[in-house]
Amino acid sequence: MSRPNALLELDPAVVRRARSLARKAAAPVVKIARSHTTVSVERATLRLAGLAGADHERVPWVNHLVTAVRDEVGLEHGVTTPVYDALLRGEAPDLTTLAQKAASGNVSFRLPRGREAVAAQRAATKGVGAGLRTIDRSRATRDRLIKRHGDPRTKPWIYLIVATGDIYEDIPQAQAAAREGADIIAVIRSTGQSLLDYVPEGATREGFAGTYATQENFRLMRAALDDVSKELGRYVRLTNYASGLCMPEIAALAGMERLDMMLNDSMYGILFRDINPIRTFVDQRFSRQVHARAGIIINTGEDNYLTTADAVEAAHTVTVSQLLNERFAKEAGLEDWQLGLGHAFEINPEIPDSFRMELAHALLARQLFPDAPLKWMPPTKHMTGDVFRGYLLDGFFNLVGAMTGQGILLVGMMTEAVVTPFLSDRDLALQNVRYVMNAASGLSEDFHPPRDGYIQTRARQVLSEAVDLLDRIVRDTDAAGDAPLLAAIADGTFGLMKRPATGGKGLDGVSERADDYDNPAITALDGWTPPPTPPTPPTPIRPVRAGAPARAALR
Amino acid sequence: MSVAEQRPVPSPGSAPSQGNIIRPYGDTTGDGMVQMSFTLPLPHDKKAEGAALQLARKMGLEPALLVHAKAMGPDFTFFVVYGSSTHLVNLDDVHVVEREYPLLSAKDANLTIKKQLRRKLVVVGACIGTDAHTVGIDAILNIKGFAGEKGLEYYREIKVVNLGAQVLVPELVARARIEKADAVLVSQVVTQKDAHIHNTTQMSAAFREAYRAGQVPILIAGGPRFEDGSETVLGVDRIFGRGTTPGEVASYLVHEIGLRKGKKS
Repeated sequence: MSRPNALLELDPAVVRRARSLARKAAAPVVKIARSHTTVSVERATLRLAGLAGADHERVPWVNHLVTAVRDEVGLEHGVTTPVYDALLRGEAPDLTTLAQKAASGNVSFRLPRGREAVAAQRAATKGVGAGLRTIDRSRATRDRLIKRHGDPRTKPWIYLIVATGDIYEDIPQAQAAAREGADIIAVIRSTGQSLLDYVPEGATREGFAGTYATQENFRLMRAALDDVSKELGRYVRLTNYASGLCMPEIAALAGMERLDMMLNDSMYGILFRDINPIRTFVDQRFSRQVHARAGIIINTGEDNYLTTADAVEAAHTVTVSQLLNERFAKEAGLEDWQLGLGHAFEINPEIPDSFRMELAHALLARQLFPDAPLKWMPPTKHMTGDVFRGYLLDGFFNLVGAMTGQGILLVGMMTEAVVTPFLSDRDLALQNVRYVMNAASGLSEDFHPPRDGYIQTRARQVLSEAVDLLDRIVRDTDAAGDAPLLAAIADGTFGLMKRPATGGKGLDGVSERADDYDNPAITALDGWTPPPTPPTPPTPIRPVRAGAPARAALR
Repeated sequence: MSVAEQRPVPSPGSAPSQGNIIRPYGDTTGDGMVQMSFTLPLPHDKKAEGAALQLARKMGLEPALLVHAKAMGPDFTFFVVYGSSTHLVNLDDVHVVEREYPLLSAKDANLTIKKQLRRKLVVVGACIGTDAHTVGIDAILNIKGFAGEKGLEYYREIKVVNLGAQVLVPELVARARIEKADAVLVSQVVTQKDAHIHNTTQMSAAFREAYRAGQVPILIAGGPRFEDGSETVLGVDRIFGRGTTPGEVASYLVHEIGLRKGKKS
């Protein structure tokens, strides 16, 4: 693997400083995450214990049960102890019946003491363990299928989006996309799902600008992609979103239903959805621990910083976010090969040298995170409706992807911001990608920006601005004495959006853990260590060509 | 032979002499040339190409020239067609909303507000419903602005309250009341299943319910897919489409405030 200072000759001391500042910024927030729980973390735990389904009004049983426990004994001890205590007392034969009775107020919960508490916790550990074993089995199945069908033969992996709102429409579209060359299918969620404080149930046929993430939809789509993987002789990955108010639950469902990648950003919900910061960080840690164990690759959302701010001025905020995402991910047990750190081609094409700057930024990310499968995202902000110009812009976007060895390439559509893509738009977009990769992917061998030239200088400038910003973040304070990162989020350091730790949606679902807090899922996940070798050998980041000299030899 | 040479060319200068009748322009006045692309759910063969040409003719392209056909999988074919449109457009029959107010500089807008209101003009903005795309509202409100123009936050005499994304309508109404909003801007980018229309009508109805008649703030909807002239249907005072700059919005606000003030006094 390339050294972080290779192509750009970054100062290793600056890179080290950036990482140590990120660690320093993250530490107090991790401490908060470890001392709080949320309704969604508790519901996710019950989902791991096998509680599924919803009442006739489609309110999930996990919501009923967590609400009932919370009303009677509070959330701060964890829900599993009172829940399993109720089961041991014979209030109901199983979790579903217990939840049904709880919904109608026919169960009373208590906080057991002494031997009874130990018994309840032991039963809970056993119950939740079943879900964790399902996740382990899914990971093993994925490894087996990748071995059987194989990974995509070239990098970057081609990432295509499906979004009809109807899972039964999505399936044939996803299969068609895979046949046309997609390596990864992302099913965009219905707009607004991130602000639902429950996970919808069952197969859904109605969504807005996307399809609801539900356990059944996950299962249906994964099964459909398994069929097409077999047909194509390559494992087609499935992506969804672990974000919003139900991040932990969706992560748990994804782990059990063998999704392969999940959008999961450490701060996106706070900044762009106005979800409470504490809620987000607590939920995020749990969901990332689940992803780590499930062998899921996370995708982070740095593209959002560039669509809401100027892509040149805000370039360093992408780097800062990548470093923070990396830190939070590592802390939660994710490995480098699981970090699909995001960045995007969003510089205004009207400004001079925009392409050179895009190259510099993309290379910077590549060099800072040499072992991460970076996710390269196409232009959206400067797609004007002029589809011809948009097609050209997407070509240049693809070229940067080819020249800088990106891991995951989200295919840009020339009809971005016009309509949901036509069948032909997707076909043209894939032709664009194929042409550029065919014509120019070898450039990553030849292309070496000259020492102290425009690209090296720009990359160093962005990195140093990122270090400055991180430095400001770790020094930030507020009247409430919050963690510096929270204070920084509150005073609008990121994307000009001010998000105080006491505001935002979902705050009422947060509780500080009591001393006797018990959550067998968290206990197991905290104690889990990744297998010594990655399950699949990471494919080389740059496209491999027979007889081509290794890039290292050219240095 | 070029595409243009294949069809009868009207006598040079014939189009201008017809005054308000116009045709598309390819490379010669009056040639009527257009291009289009589309997909048919047919495997690519002679029959599919014939079908594409028939469609083009029915759409008024005569003659139509099939310049590209490509199979997309076993069941679909993509076509690019050029042709001369047989349709004419009479400009006398074209009705559009022309801007009925002057464009003011930020300085002039500030001055007028100061003179007319003797206080700051309060603007509350939000993306309502499930829409999370704040690009539009931010382009108009944020100091950063759009197309080289600074946003409304930059105007000294305008107080901007940007509520951001996914704001619920009751929340928006409540906040508008608290802030004593003169104007409410909502942005709607997501248009699937006409979400922008539902959200906007819901919003305007809520304001009409919450305020006494004649007291409702200026309601403005912005987004790339609103139909020109659909203000009445949506119950808003003004619609702004793609490419609107903050200056246009500010100028409209100043104009409308002036009108309303005139009505009251």
